[in-house]
Amino acid sequence: MAPALALIGLFLVFPALWTIYLGMTDYRLTGLQAVDPSFVGLDNYGRILGDPAFWRSLRLTLVFVLVSGIIGQSLLGFAIAWALRRLTGWLKSLIETLVLAAWVIPASVSSFLWIALLDRRGGTLNEILGTEGTAWLIEHPMAAIIIFNVWVGTAFSMLLFSSALAAVPPSQLESARMAGAGGWQQLRDVVIPNIRGHILTNTLLITLWTFNTFTPYLVTAGGPNGASEILAVYIYNTAIPGGQLGVGAAISLIMLLINLVIALGYLRVGRARQAKPADATAAETAGGVVKPS
Amino acid sequence: MSEMPARLAATPRVRHFVSRVLMVIGLALVVVFFGLPLLWLVTAPFDSVPTLAVSWPEWTLSSFAAIGENRYAVGSFVNSAIIGVGTCAVVLVLGAFASYALSRVRIPGRDGLLYALLLLSSIVTGTAAMVPTFQLVNLLGLIDTHLAVVLVISGGTLPTVIFILKDFMDSIPKSYEESARLYGARPWQILRDVVVPISRPGLAFVAVWTLVQVWGNFLVPYLLIRRTEQQPAAVLMYTFYTESGQADLRLLSAFALIFSIPIIVMYFLVNRRYGFRFHGGIKS
Repeated sequence: MAPALALIGLFLVFPALWTIYLGMTDYRLTGLQAVDPSFVGLDNYGRILGDPAFWRSLRLTLVFVLVSGIIGQSLLGFAIAWALRRLTGWLKSLIETLVLAAWVIPASVSSFLWIALLDRRGGTLNEILGTEGTAWLIEHPMAAIIIFNVWVGTAFSMLLFSSALAAVPPSQLESARMAGAGGWQQLRDVVIPNIRGHILTNTLLITLWTFNTFTPYLVTAGGPNGASEILAVYIYNTAIPGGQLGVGAAISLIMLLINLVIALGYLRVGRARQAKPADATAAETAGGVVKPS
Repeated sequence: MSEMPARLAATPRVRHFVSRVLMVIGLALVVVFFGLPLLWLVTAPFDSVPTLAVSWPEWTLSSFAAIGENRYAVGSFVNSAIIGVGTCAVVLVLGAFASYALSRVRIPGRDGLLYALLLLSSIVTGTAAMVPTFQLVNLLGLIDTHLAVVLVISGGTLPTVIFILKDFMDSIPKSYEESARLYGARPWQILRDVVVPISRPGLAFVAVWTLVQVWGNFLVPYLLIRRTEQQPAAVLMYTFYTESGQADLRLLSAFALIFSIPIIVMYFLVNRRYGFRFHGGIKS
């Protein structure tokens, strides 16, 4: 046990704590401050909070999480699970395989697939739409990474919701149908109340993962001119190519705190649901412990 | 007046028909949306002159020769394998010991510790902790080594691994160990002959899960490995299309396919054996 805890301590706990200290220094990757950094207190935070680039990045991240994660992945994942619930045969397995494949192929491959699809000159999208010469990644970088992220991540919501839908008692649906409820009414009055816990779990996990994903960097690298620079990419660009490790650490701490808030929200929901243990599935327990790389 | 009942009767059928049509259109759109980008991955590697657009290939396998011609391509797969197997080994050995100990020893606050670690690992993500991680590895003098990547990823995944393995360890009846002890087995013999064989499904799952995590991981090696000879496939793939102006599509497409196949195979293998129980955990 001790070696495992030591490794976790060194590479998980220590970096988290060290971020607090690093964030208060003027550490740089190169130059004089790389050898002998000095303590600057809360100067970094003052600088970040006064920097319009930070606020723009935070705003972009909010849009990204909201549109691609909470709305896009969850709704599309639910819609697919709902449409497939009574379907069997090749169409079901085709759709499931495609959605899953998008999820499991390595990030550097999937991002190139989208770069190829959206390419200005030879891209498939321009060929289909007849819009030769449209540089999607430059003209609409945010839309591009949002749609890309929906494509990558919908599988999780689809899987979670299909297992949730399978657990909705058929008798309740049956009696709703007997009472003359249409599809929408069944959905609203029977299904949604039954899977409310799953919806919450899904939303919180998706929020956490979308907030922390680095993959959009592979598609646009935050460009052009920071137009798609979500927080994760902003930290990287500031700290490594920009060389300002101290400032990067300070932004990291802000990000860690936001993560903490989301995770505590998740824990709260989890505890509330433990009162009804029948609801919690192993999938969620497993799902709750994964993090995006 | 007389028309009304007829229209009312027809409405549900019409509505049913309309919703059917809408559903078919919707599903077709889903197939196109998810399938279109993937098509390139399966057609381009077999095309004699691959382009960025999806097209029916002029079948050939010659693109795969481009992998052998590139100075770094084959080596990058070796690097990926080293990092993958190394991480697997570290995580399995340390995770098995830790979860066994946590499952058998009664320490006050044990569950609390486990949950705290889990919570921490979901907060301290690779993204949020990249600056201190980079700095730590830099100070340890491990930049450009596979060891650094192995250790950093292991530290991040161990809480999850312990969490999953502890479930398996908890299910081993204590009486097995007790009777082994009665016959004079040493602790390490009990571990080797009783615990490991029984928890083998759990260990196998964790091994595959870890491999999937590591194989596709981009950020950690991207951050810690700068020398091209040391880079795993995930990072080299990215360099292929970002550096050196015109990308070599023969190399890129063939490389992407070979790089993706192991993970798809592993994924569907686990999927078949364990089903959704672990879906949430299988992919980052």
